[in-house]
Amino acid sequence: MSADALAAAHPQDPSVSVLEVRDLTVATGGHTLLEDVTFSLGPGERVGLIGESGSGKSLTALAVMGLLPEGLTAGGTVQLRGVETDLLRIGERERSGLRGRRLGMVFQEPMTALNPLMRVGHQVAEVLRIHGTVDDREDATRRAQQLLADVELPDPVRIARRYPHQLSGGQRQRVMLAMALANGPDVLICDEPTTALDVTVQAQMLQLIAAGVADRTSGLLFISHDLPVVATVCERLLVLYGGRIVEAGPTHQLLTRPRHPYTEGLLAASDLEAVDDQGRLPTIPGAVPPDGRFPSGCVFRNRCPRGDEACTVWPGWTGREDHGVACWYPSGAPHG
Amino acid sequence: MLVQLTKRTLVLLVSLGLASAMVFWFLSVLPGDPAQVALGTGATPEAVAEMQERFGTDRPLTVQYLDWIGGLFVGDFGVSYVTGATIGPLIIDRLMVSLWLVGAGMLVALVIAVPLGTLSAVHHRRPLGTVLAGVSQVGIAIPNFLAGILLIGLVAVSWRLLPAGGWVPPAQDPIEFLRRLLLPALALGIIEGAVLARYVRSTVLNVLREDFLRTARAKGLTPARALVRHGLRNAAVPVVTILGLQLAVLLVGAVVVERVFVIPGLGSLLLDGVANRDLLLVQGVVMVLVLAVLVLNYLVDVLYTALDPRLRAAA
Ligand SMILES: Nc1ncnc2c1ncn2[C@@H]1O[C@H](COP(=O)(O)OP(=O)(O)O)[C@@H](O)[C@H]1O
Ligand code: SF4
Ligand SMILES: [Mg+2]
Repeated sequence: MSADALAAAHPQDPSVSVLEVRDLTVATGGHTLLEDVTFSLGPGERVGLIGESGSGKSLTALAVMGLLPEGLTAGGTVQLRGVETDLLRIGERERSGLRGRRLGMVFQEPMTALNPLMRVGHQVAEVLRIHGTVDDREDATRRAQQLLADVELPDPVRIARRYPHQLSGGQRQRVMLAMALANGPDVLICDEPTTALDVTVQAQMLQLIAAGVADRTSGLLFISHDLPVVATVCERLLVLYGGRIVEAGPTHQLLTRPRHPYTEGLLAASDLEAVDDQGRLPTIPGAVPPDGRFPSGCVFRNRCPRGDEACTVWPGWTGREDHGVACWYPSGAPHG
Repeated sequence: MLVQLTKRTLVLLVSLGLASAMVFWFLSVLPGDPAQVALGTGATPEAVAEMQERFGTDRPLTVQYLDWIGGLFVGDFGVSYVTGATIGPLIIDRLMVSLWLVGAGMLVALVIAVPLGTLSAVHHRRPLGTVLAGVSQVGIAIPNFLAGILLIGLVAVSWRLLPAGGWVPPAQDPIEFLRRLLLPALALGIIEGAVLARYVRSTVLNVLREDFLRTARAKGLTPARALVRHGLRNAAVPVVTILGLQLAVLLVGAVVVERVFVIPGLGSLLLDGVANRDLLLVQGVVMVLVLAVLVLNYLVDVLYTALDPRLRAAA
């Protein structure tokens, strides 16, 4: 059965994941930046990847897309439903055929992610033409305008004729979303899609992303360092720190009963009500080590209030893949 | 866009005014009075004074300058002190020849630089990239008169494939024209191509790191197609600027190459003028060269604006 036929046979079967990432590792010249990242994504499922800046979120996204910068290598497996070969091992040509069609991505920086010399309508039309999902040039133009209308850009015909520098950051990010969703991807990855935007337009963008993936039953991997943002969009969360997933679980449970000290720290830091006796917001003590130089053993141990001798050894994963923790001394009752 | 164009045009006019004054002043203060030169060392002071009056060099410098610049506006470069020939038509004639040479040289340079620079950027940190970068380093180190002599020695003398020099106007015999243009254009363009290749390489390297190129790949373009469709036009913007600056270098190079290949261009005219101490002729040729460089740079600026929509909006 061909890839597309298989995908069509189970369009919404939630038991078949559209994306399965196993033991994903990213390294640069002997130094490991990402280790044993494992998760899967069901059709129409919205999963959040959260962690401070420098945790390895973008590397995870780029490794899945096959767009890692020069000098970085990926190990492990990335399986897309209907594609027999592991994505990390297929040829560049075949992989290009999947990007923009079955895998869509919205990047963090809307100011630089679009080609400054090309009209935005043309940039949207291009993703349709590359994969032959339109009949001809006119059809592509029309469809591009429709896609711009779908992301609620006012006067899409006029916007389509604009250059990126003539649009606001929020408008550009909508153009990026229109492009990523154009061919109805099985997986949409959004890497901090609202971080560079004004607070006033963030909520609208989040709503468009949620509506876009719902319309297409695409699985969503939503990346952010901002816990409240992720919580509004995602059903399930993965907490990344030091290139490792340290906790995973349903959004509600993670927010109400976090088990990993790092998740607790993130939660406390994002609680805008809480202030200490000097009126400051709580933060996680210490900082993310530069250049991904995390301690051996538990990657969080140099900042953890609970750490002791045992933590010089990596604790390993306890619980289910989609609901568990990696810590010697997690909060709450142990998993059954 | 219109505001910018007006601004640039004003800058061009001011630069032309300044340049002409400098050329005039600089050549006037050089030792060697034209009347004295024309009459030889044995002339009487009376004869020299009479000659100065005929040339008009007895008048104040400002008057001479205004007279000269006024003439330039109507294409009147004056009459040579030495040969008595009208300078204007002579310069136009020779300019045409030089423009063919510089144009062909630039074409050769681009044909070499764009693929060489792009390939060495794409293969950067890999063996092929290093080899290509090395090739362009070697090219830069060769002066173009040497390249000319080598080309004459090999292609014209040893292999007898092409004539070693001389000039045939295109209207007279197009085939012979091309046969004679090819070697000097190569001599001029190969070196320039090596220089330009380095700029192309660094610009393409920068473009390869751009976010929008990653977006292009995320859309499903292979790295090569992403570079061609989204990268090259972006790389063209800075390269065109360099091209404008390099045109001046190419014009100077043409002076030398014309000498080596016995081509009757502006360069030969200039060198003849200097050898004969033909002040007014030298002044005219230098002014035309300066004019050519300034106008070409102006055109490059305009082209640059046409390539990049962001610059059109900026006031
Ligand atoms: N090209 C690279 N070469 C070396 N290290 C890198 C490179 N890109 C990212 N890193 C390192 O990998 C770590 C994770 O980066 P990233 O995935 O961008 O973090 P996040 O997106 O969570 O902020 C950081 O410590 C960063 O310094
Ligand atoms: S393993 Fe130890 S150091 Fe790491 S988070 Fe748990 S308690 Fe803290
Ligand atoms: Mg990031």
